[in-house]
Amino acid sequence: MHLTDEEKLILDGNKGEAARLAMSILADLGELFGAESMMPVSQVHIDATLYMVDAGLEFAEKLARLGARVNVPTSLNPSAIDLVRWKDMKVPPAIFPKHQRLAEAYLKMQATPTWTCAPYQQGIIPRFGEQIAWGESNAIAFANSVIGARTNRYADLMDICAAIVGKVPKFGLHLTRNRVAKVLIELEGFTSSMFQNDAIYPLLGYLVGEIAGDQVAAVSGIPSLVTFDNLKGFFAGAASSGAVGLCHLIGITPEAQTQEMCFHGGRPKKTVQVTPEMIADSERGLQTGKSGNIDWITTGCPHYSPAEFMRLAQLMNGKKVNSSVAFWVYTSRSVYAWMQGSGILGQLDDAGVTVFTDGCPLQYPRESWNFRAAMTDSTKFANYCYSQTGLPAAFGSLEDCVDTAVSGKFHRRRSPWAKS
Amino acid sequence: MGKKLKGCCVVPGTASGEILASTHSISFWGGVDPRTGRINDPRHELFRASVAGKVLAFPFGKGSSTGSLIILELVRVGKAPSAIVNVRTEPILATGPVVSKYFYGKDVPIITLDENAFVLLKTGQFATINATEGYIILEN
Repeated sequence: MHLTDEEKLILDGNKGEAARLAMSILADLGELFGAESMMPVSQVHIDATLYMVDAGLEFAEKLARLGARVNVPTSLNPSAIDLVRWKDMKVPPAIFPKHQRLAEAYLKMQATPTWTCAPYQQGIIPRFGEQIAWGESNAIAFANSVIGARTNRYADLMDICAAIVGKVPKFGLHLTRNRVAKVLIELEGFTSSMFQNDAIYPLLGYLVGEIAGDQVAAVSGIPSLVTFDNLKGFFAGAASSGAVGLCHLIGITPEAQTQEMCFHGGRPKKTVQVTPEMIADSERGLQTGKSGNIDWITTGCPHYSPAEFMRLAQLMNGKKVNSSVAFWVYTSRSVYAWMQGSGILGQLDDAGVTVFTDGCPLQYPRESWNFRAAMTDSTKFANYCYSQTGLPAAFGSLEDCVDTAVSGKFHRRRSPWAKS
Repeated sequence: MGKKLKGCCVVPGTASGEILASTHSISFWGGVDPRTGRINDPRHELFRASVAGKVLAFPFGKGSSTGSLIILELVRVGKAPSAIVNVRTEPILATGPVVSKYFYGKDVPIITLDENAFVLLKTGQFATINATEGYIILEN
């Protein structure tokens, strides 16, 4: 890989030890992936902000101790916990200092404390075509696909290196030629009523991710009335079941106004049909739990938007969460403040819904709660729930989650795509 | 002398060990327990198998961008695979080994094989990896 004189000076340590370490890692990865040169990025989203293991803390603290500073606007993924109401979340006081130290290390490097996995909802948002370096699999897929910004699937640890140097190796999805669709996924046999059930989007995403694997796919047949939050759920699911950095939705996403456009005039290397039966199968595969003993309903994976809060408040109107279950919603600090201002938060609080900020439901302090089984409207959460929390998980629409929360008994409507 | 398979170097280094092979992709976060090195995704065909010290063969990565951090932690606690064999390697997978080289001074070499060679790798076989020079020797 060709390095400029300035980049070579960084590698030689002329800009300090932190920049040397960051540049060494970036240059190695550039060599490994055949990049010809480095390129500037305008912003970075750091994924590695959830304290889970000591390696991440050691790495961030070392960089901070060496005096590292981010060189471009940099947003932060969630902490594992609610950094403000951590006592309400029953975070064990013995472990809290490690969460706090990790947060402080990134703030010392002058990143912006957004603490959200949905950075595209508020804060440092890229425009179409902007070259960025984002971590967090759902955010990467959303930024590339829905916004048309350009980022690779940046990993924890590489993300902070990119922020310190302000550059990344030029390869992968930064280059137009690698954004061309290879696989065409066609929806067959879906009716318009199926798309009125919001649960279809996270399920479709989960299935599309499995089919696409690590290839750029294009999906045809999704109606153009799809909402921002539908897309959020779709891409969170897709990026959890596949290595999906970019997936075009024909007629919806900006680089796929037509099929020709996202295949750059070429033909698909492979075409796969997706049917409602396949959605029903993948929905069944996502249920890891027995449905009888659900006592934790959680939503906001990815973090809740104002529109989602509004819809939840409408569904909970005049109802109360049953005393036998906990209903938790996760969101960012900024959306939380808006919902506080709008009165929606007070309404949800009266209905018995708990709203946390900054954190990740997959990292809740499980030893303090002893929940038995989870229910969610997120296929990303359902996919990772067992491995991260040890709890079985059931997937359902938000209406199903609300009905279960209110009655205290597992409730699922018949999906329009269910087999007869 | 066993069977020699030619591959491409992704992360340089040499290693040897018993193969743990799957045709399923793996997300290290949400797929491997960072304390024990065991596969903890109940939907994965290798559920409960340990990757520690193994030549871990799977076609490509998937899922979370925290996979790199889990690999770094596995290196820190001595539960990392001795080497990784893929058909295609994405940056999330390569970042863990690259950082662990600089941060803990330990190598986890990664090599890619084409699909025809990849399917020859079977769980339980012994393999010697030379990612730097781009080959694998499979013991009979």
